[in-house]
Amino acid sequence: MGREGIEAYRGYMRHRYVALLLLLCLLAAMAVVSLSAGSASLSVIDVLKALASHDGSPESIIVWNVRMPRVAAAIVVGAALAMSGCVMQAVLHNPLASSSTLGVSQGASFGAALAITCLGAGMQSGGSASLLISEPYMVTLFAFIGGISTTIVILFLSRLRIASPSVLVLAGVAISSTFSGATTLIQYFADDVMVASIVYWTFGNLGRAGWNEIAMIGAVCVPAFVFFMLSRWDYNAIESGEYSARSLGVNVGVLVPLSLGLSALITSVSVSFTGCISFIGLIAPHVMRRIVGNDYRYLIPGSAICGAVLLLVADIACRMIISPVVLPIGALTSFVGAPLFLCLILRERRVG
Amino acid sequence: MIDVRNISFSYGQKAVLQDVSFSAGDGEVVGILGNNGAGKSTLITCINRVRRPDSGDVIIDGLSTGSMKERDIARLIAYVPQNTEAVRISVFDSILLGRRPYIRWGMGREDIEACQAVIERIGLGSLQLRCMDELSGGEMQKVMLARALVQKPRVMLLDEPTSNLDPRNQHEMMAIVRDMAREEHITVLAVLHDLNLALRFCDRLFFLKDGRGFCCCGRDEVDGGIIRDVYGIDAEVFAAGDRRFVLIGG
Ligand SMILES: Nc1ncnc2c1ncn2[C@@H]1O[C@H](COP(=O)(O)OP(=O)(O)O)[C@@H](O)[C@H]1O
Ligand SMILES: [Mg+2]
Repeated sequence: MGREGIEAYRGYMRHRYVALLLLLCLLAAMAVVSLSAGSASLSVIDVLKALASHDGSPESIIVWNVRMPRVAAAIVVGAALAMSGCVMQAVLHNPLASSSTLGVSQGASFGAALAITCLGAGMQSGGSASLLISEPYMVTLFAFIGGISTTIVILFLSRLRIASPSVLVLAGVAISSTFSGATTLIQYFADDVMVASIVYWTFGNLGRAGWNEIAMIGAVCVPAFVFFMLSRWDYNAIESGEYSARSLGVNVGVLVPLSLGLSALITSVSVSFTGCISFIGLIAPHVMRRIVGNDYRYLIPGSAICGAVLLLVADIACRMIISPVVLPIGALTSFVGAPLFLCLILRERRVG
Repeated sequence: MIDVRNISFSYGQKAVLQDVSFSAGDGEVVGILGNNGAGKSTLITCINRVRRPDSGDVIIDGLSTGSMKERDIARLIAYVPQNTEAVRISVFDSILLGRRPYIRWGMGREDIEACQAVIERIGLGSLQLRCMDELSGGEMQKVMLARALVQKPRVMLLDEPTSNLDPRNQHEMMAIVRDMAREEHITVLAVLHDLNLALRFCDRLFFLKDGRGFCCCGRDEVDGGIIRDVYGIDAEVFAAGDRRFVLIGG
């Protein structure tokens, strides 16, 4: 009897790991599709050959130098945003939480815009309307200051007894508008070319991140992921209430601010280099809740992979819909994400 | 062995507990009784420091818990709250959470085996892969008790553990609690409202009235007078063999 019970439980765990593995395969497939899509049309076979050879042939140069950074950026940023959303939902006990719905992304975005225009951390590259970030650390620092200050406000509000999940999101809307207003003000005083590039940047743009930037996002995300995974049982414990969690030895007073701080950090770094990409952090965890349940052991890695897949797909769509024009990715994720967000709010009201 | 010394607690201006003291030995089941709002749940949460008492101390096996870390307290004291939220996690994983105070990186084979043993003991085998939010209130209470047992504590705090259970399950649950207390030398403090259940399964009863300890007596010493003073109702206690019953109302 004992063995059977344990076997059944192991089977249950295996199912979830298989689901994650399948999702990982989907991610790989989407990455290859994304590599083959673009102005120079390459077949999937060409892409795979180029990936294998890395020999300096034109295909290999296109795949490795032109398209790969974009794909890598989509994967890293998608994973980062989804992971931060997942953890924010856990510690705030709020299914509507994510960096974009609570205004953390907008705060970070404002900080970055401030650094780029007023402090000269960005510069024009040639005649094109794209923006080079000359001092990535400074931009990231300011983005982080913007993101973390929003987080502190949210954390404070969440401590008030009256703050229901929806109230917190309304607060997020208020904070977002404040920051959007402030960003507009910066643009008002910036010169024309700078304005053009900031506008372009606030839409979200995966094409701007090069290998250095991707490495920097990764360097922040990997330790954060490790921390989140080490705390997976603590997040599960928090699900059944703060007192329950404390009685299981979870140091809630440290875990919650630390988790939110790390979420703000990975959001800020992503936002600094790719602009504001909304709703991935909200939607990915919810998709995964449907698939693997609310167990953070599976939910955290699952959300990360799912976020990467979603952003990759969104990016492919942006490039394909009216090719060769590349639509701004932030606009697309907002278009698709906002209605889903509305559905979640409606469901939340019915349940709560 | 737990020694609760002079615990006082107030919510803002409102003093809820004043100078509450009592102690309980290994393997002993102590019922905590009192009116609604007497401060029973508050007392329980002050004992495991989920709430920080204004003054007083809790000593377990000679060690003061006042300066211990959360994890160390969690290895000594398990807690089943009065209400639990329905979480979308499997029953097995929910019980496995009781091992949280012991793990560093992840659950190992021993943790899963300990969990399985408790599941069999409580008879949750058929539910183990169900989701917590698909359970009835009573089934959920059993799961929470299982989690507390998996925690292998020295002291177990149960806040109305039988409130959602049918009579048969109330008895089974309390019998398991008492047997575990005896076998593993755990001290159990259980908030109960059913006086007959308390007289059947508790070794001693601690009555709380308006935030103060009213009296702490062995189950044979409980009489109608105490019950009248604590609850303000007429009651009589009868003995039949070595069992005792309370009849409420004159
Ligand atoms: N969070 C709180 N804030 C203020 N007062 C509280 C709070 N929780 C409980 N109380 C009050 O403290 C008293 C004791 O509550 P409690 O310990 O839950 O009683 P019970 O004995 O029924 O478990 C009650 O009068 C209750 O109204
Ligand atoms: Mg109570």
